[in-house]
Amino acid sequence: MGLKSNLHNLKEKYKGTKMAPAFNALHTFLYLPNDTTHNGTHIKAADDLKRTMNTVIMALIPCLIFGMFNAGYQHFSALGTPVDFLSWDAFYIGLIKILPLVVVSYGVGLGIEFIFATIKNHEVEEGYLVTGMLVPLIVPIDIPLWMLAVAVTFGVVIGKEVFGGTGMNILNPALTIRAFLFFAYPTWMSGDKVWIQGAVERTKEIAAGANIDAISGETILGSLAQGHHINYSVSDMFFGFIPGSVGETSTFLILLGALFLIFTKIGSWRIMLSAVVGALTMGLIFNGVASSGLITETSKFYTLMSTEFWHHLIIGGFAFGVVFMATDPVTASQTNKGKWIYGFLIGFLSIMIRVFNPAYPEGVMLAILLMNVFAPTIDHYIIQGNVKKRMKRLKVKTA
Amino acid sequence: MALLSKKDTKLITDPLLDNNPITIQVLGICSALAITAQLKASIVMALSVMAVLAIGNVVISLMRNIIPSKIRIIVQLVVVAALVIIVDQVLKAFSYELSKTLSVFVGLIITNCIIMGRFEAFALANGPWKSFLDGIGNAAGYGLILVIVGFFRELLGSGTLLGFKVLGDPIEKTGLYALGYENNGFMLLSPMALIVVGIIIWVQRSRNEALVEDN
Repeated sequence: MGLKSNLHNLKEKYKGTKMAPAFNALHTFLYLPNDTTHNGTHIKAADDLKRTMNTVIMALIPCLIFGMFNAGYQHFSALGTPVDFLSWDAFYIGLIKILPLVVVSYGVGLGIEFIFATIKNHEVEEGYLVTGMLVPLIVPIDIPLWMLAVAVTFGVVIGKEVFGGTGMNILNPALTIRAFLFFAYPTWMSGDKVWIQGAVERTKEIAAGANIDAISGETILGSLAQGHHINYSVSDMFFGFIPGSVGETSTFLILLGALFLIFTKIGSWRIMLSAVVGALTMGLIFNGVASSGLITETSKFYTLMSTEFWHHLIIGGFAFGVVFMATDPVTASQTNKGKWIYGFLIGFLSIMIRVFNPAYPEGVMLAILLMNVFAPTIDHYIIQGNVKKRMKRLKVKTA
Repeated sequence: MALLSKKDTKLITDPLLDNNPITIQVLGICSALAITAQLKASIVMALSVMAVLAIGNVVISLMRNIIPSKIRIIVQLVVVAALVIIVDQVLKAFSYELSKTLSVFVGLIITNCIIMGRFEAFALANGPWKSFLDGIGNAAGYGLILVIVGFFRELLGSGTLLGFKVLGDPIEKTGLYALGYENNGFMLLSPMALIVVGIIIWVQRSRNEALVEDN
């Protein structure tokens, strides 16, 4: 008796009861079901929802591993005792801090999915698989686990289940979770203490009288928003040896993930490309304003405005958001023309929010959530426009 | 003999649950979102609306046969405006701090849809006693939701209830805060009030399927 037949027996035992979907999900997640459909015509294709989700997760794994190394690397650099990037010391810090985030994210999120499936008596949906992996990658490393659990509960219930579950949600659940954390617990989501592992602990120990140096590390966007100059090299920013949320620092690995998603036709290249174009456009406009002398160097927007336009692509969570979250097929525009508009506005607005609202240094989160809301409207007008065009053609013919 | 007849009791109990002005008729949402960050403000707002609605309903009901129907809205506005000014002045006189918290929202009771709605739908067609009960009932239904929302927003957002630190002191780290708990700043923002009202609507409609609208 292997696990598979055990699960199969359990499934048979609970058939027709309220718990059936839960066992069915466990069984089909781990194994192929024993029986196939007998009648009718069915499309046999490998790219079902589960496969799609797993592809995205595969694209995310490099970011996760890199995040673990980077967590330790940033920690020891801030302490003044730098270690090699690819060292066990660095990886260990990341592993013990990030693994719990992943476990909590999946545990709580899938738990809620199972509860809702049981109550509503439908099959467990795979929608949370990607969200559960995205969430630990877009939060600061020291976020308390209970906060993450509260936010995941909120995001999955209010962001997804009230609309009818996977495929029906208006907002990207992972970003809903991050936005909730951002507004609910701002001290844990911004500032110069949360991005480096151990900085908050240090502050507490110092407050309690310990004779140690405080450690701090501001994200690049955070320091730019305060008018400081940054001293990271472009290659550091591109390869991701900078402080930030767990998995979003390495533009290089995100780019690899993007190529993988485009190659497997799971991520939309239209959205990614148009978002980059949008961001560059807005960045160029700001550069133009800054160099034209319309604002002076004393303006609080000057530092961010005069940041070279293409730097915006490699700092902050822009690349990660655009590649992995703007392309979420459920919440993005569905029409091809709509995708161009949707992506362009995400890029455009991200940079605008970054520059004009230093209280929200990460504009890409708010820009994607905003455009999620507008995506159905964009699609509506694209489709109506198409209908009108065809109607006109019809009239010309009949006339 | 009972104090209220069965029909009269229904006038009060109906708007509390199955015909609640906020969750079923979706009226008076603005103030429910704006002033519910603290429980105290919610209670005072609920009482103010109750005073205005109950008295206003009686006044309109008494005048219902002499108001020309063409100008009835203006008459109603005059009545409600007069009452709101009285309430506003009373608040300013006896609880100035609170009236500053409620700020413009006391004045905006005038535009609260529940009030004009009850004048139009009930007071113009019923006697003063029934109108009085209707006013009390609807204001109580409105107040009930305000108090529920205010309770959760103050408890989770500030860790207090009516100003008492029920969860411990966040600065000295006592009670729950010693365990690492922190207040949820999102609860203090208006969008969260909308979500809380939404959850109440969700719970109410899943308990009573008859309330779910067809679409």
